[in-house]
Amino acid sequence: MDYALIWAVLISIAVFAYVALDGFDLGVGILFPWFREEKFRDRMVNSVAPVWDGNETWLVLGGGGLLAVFPLAYSVLMPALYMPVIAMLLGLIFRGVAFEFRFKSRANKHWWDIAFMAGSMVATFCQGIMLGAMLQGIAVTDRAYSGGWFDWLSPFTIFSGLAVCVGYALLGATWLIMKTDGQLQGRAYRIAINTAVLLIIAIAGVSMFLVSHFENVADRWLNWPTSAALWLIPFLLAVIGSGLLNALVKKREGQPYWWALGVFFIAYLGFSISIFPYLVPFEITLWEAAGPDNSLAFLLAGAVVLLPIIFFYTGYVYWVFRGKVQEGDGYHD
Amino acid sequence: MLDGLFAQADAVFLARFQFAFTTAFHIIFPAFTIGLASYLAVLEGLFLKTRNPVYQKLYRYWVKIFAVAFGMGVVSGIVLSYQFGTNWAVFSDKAGPVIGPLMGYEVLTAFFLEAGFLGIMLFGMNKVGERLHFFATLMVAFGTALSAFWILAANSWMQTPAGFALNEQGQYIVTSWVEAIFTPSFPYRFVHMLLAAYLTTAFVVGAVGAWHLLKEKRSEVARQMFSMAMWMALIVAPLQVFVGDLHGLNTQEYQPAKVAAMEGHFTSETQAPLYLFGWPNEETQKVDYAIKVPGLASLILKHDIDAEVTGLDAFPRDEWPPVPIVFWSFRIMVALGVLMVVLGIWSACLRWRGRLYESRALLRAAVWMGPSGFIAVLAGWIVTEVGRQPWIVYGLLRTQDAVSPIDAVGVAGSLIAFIVVYFIVFGAGAVYMIRKMASNPEHTHIPEYARVPMAAERLYHEEG
Repeated sequence: MDYALIWAVLISIAVFAYVALDGFDLGVGILFPWFREEKFRDRMVNSVAPVWDGNETWLVLGGGGLLAVFPLAYSVLMPALYMPVIAMLLGLIFRGVAFEFRFKSRANKHWWDIAFMAGSMVATFCQGIMLGAMLQGIAVTDRAYSGGWFDWLSPFTIFSGLAVCVGYALLGATWLIMKTDGQLQGRAYRIAINTAVLLIIAIAGVSMFLVSHFENVADRWLNWPTSAALWLIPFLLAVIGSGLLNALVKKREGQPYWWALGVFFIAYLGFSISIFPYLVPFEITLWEAAGPDNSLAFLLAGAVVLLPIIFFYTGYVYWVFRGKVQEGDGYHD
Repeated sequence: MLDGLFAQADAVFLARFQFAFTTAFHIIFPAFTIGLASYLAVLEGLFLKTRNPVYQKLYRYWVKIFAVAFGMGVVSGIVLSYQFGTNWAVFSDKAGPVIGPLMGYEVLTAFFLEAGFLGIMLFGMNKVGERLHFFATLMVAFGTALSAFWILAANSWMQTPAGFALNEQGQYIVTSWVEAIFTPSFPYRFVHMLLAAYLTTAFVVGAVGAWHLLKEKRSEVARQMFSMAMWMALIVAPLQVFVGDLHGLNTQEYQPAKVAAMEGHFTSETQAPLYLFGWPNEETQKVDYAIKVPGLASLILKHDIDAEVTGLDAFPRDEWPPVPIVFWSFRIMVALGVLMVVLGIWSACLRWRGRLYESRALLRAAVWMGPSGFIAVLAGWIVTEVGRQPWIVYGLLRTQDAVSPIDAVGVAGSLIAFIVVYFIVFGAGAVYMIRKMASNPEHTHIPEYARVPMAAERLYHEEG
């Protein structure tokens, strides 16, 4: 059995689950500047407070999973992305504690709002930088990172960082559409339409930049059979993008989040095709990075049983907190 | 000594210092939340059984503090899961096939469980019935203990590696997962840590109860928490001394250099003395200013006063751990353990005479002992981790060979960032927790459990 490939798929699923779930709660933080009213902010935070911790656990699974099954990729990527990783972690610290701290101190609530907002933005921007840095390739010699201190920094990675910020803002806005009503929801609709248009433009921009600047990517997209995807993926993106805009314009409040997730999925698929089968583009393939088979098999045995259980009770938690968040929900002191 | 410290201020030293800093900060929170989660489960269970409102007030009071501590534990823990790679890339590559799956199981079995049910525990009081809520609390408590199981399995493998072979890339591959998980030191380390977490929580709860009793002698809620905490001190503290002794004997067998450093034994000798105090001098290989009991170390470590105890001279100089740090951390941990036992016995005597809540001396002592668990846990981890040096995987891989290819400047920069952020964030968190602990537990607000079906509840909201 090709354990490395199975694990590459599983880790991709974990990363996508992370983006789908933490994406909207980071997005809620990014949207804070557009919601200055305290009652709106309380409601926004309360809409994600019961679930953010579980959402972020997918990030731990991504890191832990990479160490477990692709130790070589982990030990090359972490030094290569050292600064954005550290900055992301610090951002996540600020926003994570702000959930509790906002309600603990009236005098400092304003500061913890800033921590929540800035922490969310920094963490998201860094994730986008990492995505860009992976897409543009990483220097490796002898099983170790051999690039410079600032290899991750380029106009392209800054652009991809901003693009992910726009994307998470869209997920956050569509989440708020689903979980709130009234004036707050109305504003979320307007933001969602703007960010949806921006995101689709950004995805197109990143894709064209990749194809025009990186030979490895261009080869892939312009050669058969993968070139079929060249036509299929933009087509799907157009279909789903218009579905999203249609749902937003017609104010079908339950739908936009799922359409937005569809846009993310297609983009994710496209970028995965660009770098497959590399885990450290364009140096280490997933088979080269994989640990010994018995480590992969040992963790797989658990994952096969536990992941469905995790999906089940995570789903249950979301079901418990289904419906609109009311003002004054959650607990305050 | 300071010269030596700065001469080593290279990338390896900085990476170690950074990892020590972030791990030490992190362990403070789980040490507290592992115990507190179990305490909350006990309180909620007792409430459902007895319907005594005191238990319910205690639950609501401590769950707020739990939420803050848990949040800080989560965010400081995420850092660690990435720092293995940012700081110890070579270690990650070589030991990842062993350590990684253990941490993977920690995430899959424990982190998701606690994170998932935490939402219901904190915010679900009016969304689910009381039995389901109790179930959520139990799952969180179970998850915290389970995560300790896996992370201590990983740590124990680094201390006493077993069940592995080397492959051609120089990676450790597991030949037996049972042996790799249940390594020789694991059972002792796991039980020792779990009891440490329970004691840490008990002494915090006891201190808070005592603090409120000093102000308001009649408070039922404060009496209840103080009483429960003192039972824990009486029973668990001596048990911990016993388990600690077993752990020490196990270390003596598998990591004798660590025990030699803990005891300050530079030379192997029969009738080895037990140093109560002193300053181990690595240059002269003697313990300066020593206060010692002749023969006692032989008696404790070998249970025979004439037995020979192995000293550091049995090991090459470059395989010694830093002796003074290990020696002193060990003494701090043991001294606090003894004080915990004393407080437990003292409280039992007063309880027996019906004066548990009357003695101001006991109450004051309990307040002072509030942070003792945290200090003991940190000291204990310093003993075991610094005592493992110069190895990252004991006897196999040296720490200096395991570091990431990162410049000292970069590590120093991120170290400063971590220090600044941690002091701001966790300083604020500590203030909020202490402020909450200072608030009167009698005035705890009790929210309603859900009694009406959701649909009816929503109707109610819409009308309201």
